[in-house]
Amino acid sequence: MIWNHGTAILEALLLASPEPLSLKRIAEVIGLEEREARILLEDLRRQYEEPGRGICIREMAGGYVLTTRPEYADYVERLLQPKARGLSHAALETLAIIAYRQPVTKPEIEGVRGVKVDRIVESLLERRLIREMGRKEGPGRPVLYGTTQEFLQYFGLKDLSELPPVAVDNSDPGLILKRREEAAGGSGDRADAQGESQPEQSEAE
Amino acid sequence: MGTSGQIPGRTEGYRVHLENFDGPLDLLLHLIRRSEMNIYDIPIAQITEQYLEMIQDLDDLDIDRASEFLVMAATLLGIKSRMLLPKPPRLTDDLPDEEAEADPREELVRQLVAYSQFKEAAEALRAREQEMARIYTRGFFAEEPGGPPPLQGLTLEDLVRAFQEVLKEEWNWREVPREEIPLREKVREISFLLGRSPGGIRFRDLFTRGGSRREVVVTFLALLELMRRGRAVAVQEGLFGEILIRRSEASPRASSEGMAEV
Repeated sequence: MIWNHGTAILEALLLASPEPLSLKRIAEVIGLEEREARILLEDLRRQYEEPGRGICIREMAGGYVLTTRPEYADYVERLLQPKARGLSHAALETLAIIAYRQPVTKPEIEGVRGVKVDRIVESLLERRLIREMGRKEGPGRPVLYGTTQEFLQYFGLKDLSELPPVAVDNSDPGLILKRREEAAGGSGDRADAQGESQPEQSEAE
Repeated sequence: MGTSGQIPGRTEGYRVHLENFDGPLDLLLHLIRRSEMNIYDIPIAQITEQYLEMIQDLDDLDIDRASEFLVMAATLLGIKSRMLLPKPPRLTDDLPDEEAEADPREELVRQLVAYSQFKEAAEALRAREQEMARIYTRGFFAEEPGGPPPLQGLTLEDLVRAFQEVLKEEWNWREVPREEIPLREKVREISFLLGRSPGGIRFRDLFTRGGSRREVVVTFLALLELMRRGRAVAVQEGLFGEILIRRSEASPRASSEGMAEV
């Protein structure tokens, strides 16, 4: 019964969900094992890959989301207000430092960038890309900052481990989060959210 | 030393303005790359000279940014002079701390390497940002109100009452020393969110959990401002129902982002 309608049910859930839908939640709602839910998801995803579809499934911020296909952005933008301009260079740099080194304090960020970051941090807070994560013990008890769910959604990341890998300076191992082993090749890290380019998770048996 | 005429990589009419750099480290990195220096063995005299030449148009910058560039100039000159001093006799070889002191450039190199890594990371994020800019989700909003037409404009009192409810909730009030949240930014942020959510946004979802009291108040003010300008409406489906905030269809001139007087 469920198996006949599985992908249809899943499709309905994805459309109705106000936030990224986790595998766990999908399984709960339909009454399946997570493993089975994953198979449904891959099924549906494959259906969306067929030509002639305007939407697809993306994994981001800890769940799955229906999104428009980038090819049709021009049309969507006639319907909705286009997205706001991208972040400034300075904002992106600051955000990168926070993302890779969180939780991190303002003085630490300034240590890396060599410039004051008060205004940038404030506007990143405003855009909810970062949040305060308590205070660091020590003199002045400076505020610690980290990234948010909105950050993951903004960049279309599943979770922080999916941050684009960057070179590690071995002279200071604590400098940056570990580069993901499987991405050590350096490129081709972008498409895997879509699972288009020979997905490693073809274990769907 | 007068080498300023033939700095490698320099071409006629090629002039880079300071304001294009995000700070002294950005500038230094640019100089290092331009001259293809080894970042772990920077010719300090050469880079100092180039750096000092570059910051001659320091007047173009505001005082805060200018001082950041000046601090680096002082650092470079300090390193340069320490490089000229004879090295103190080493007592032991196996203490890394002492080794760190051995080369006056060490700290700067560390800073530059770290900075360049994050610059690279920022570029990677930029790529993702651009990719995501072409993608739209359904907009994360509450159930779209269906059925009978929702009662549109509720009274201001209703809204204020809802706001008081928000204030009553378990906010973790933090006293943050004068965090400036410009109303203008908040207005822009909310109208951005509304633009992305055709079904509307729940009133209470406009307020960030863990935000400061100030932010909550500014958010409310920004909402009132948007409603005053006819760019947002508050909709309530039924008595005591969720209040939804939606972009107003009434004003197609969505491009006029500018804040009116005030």
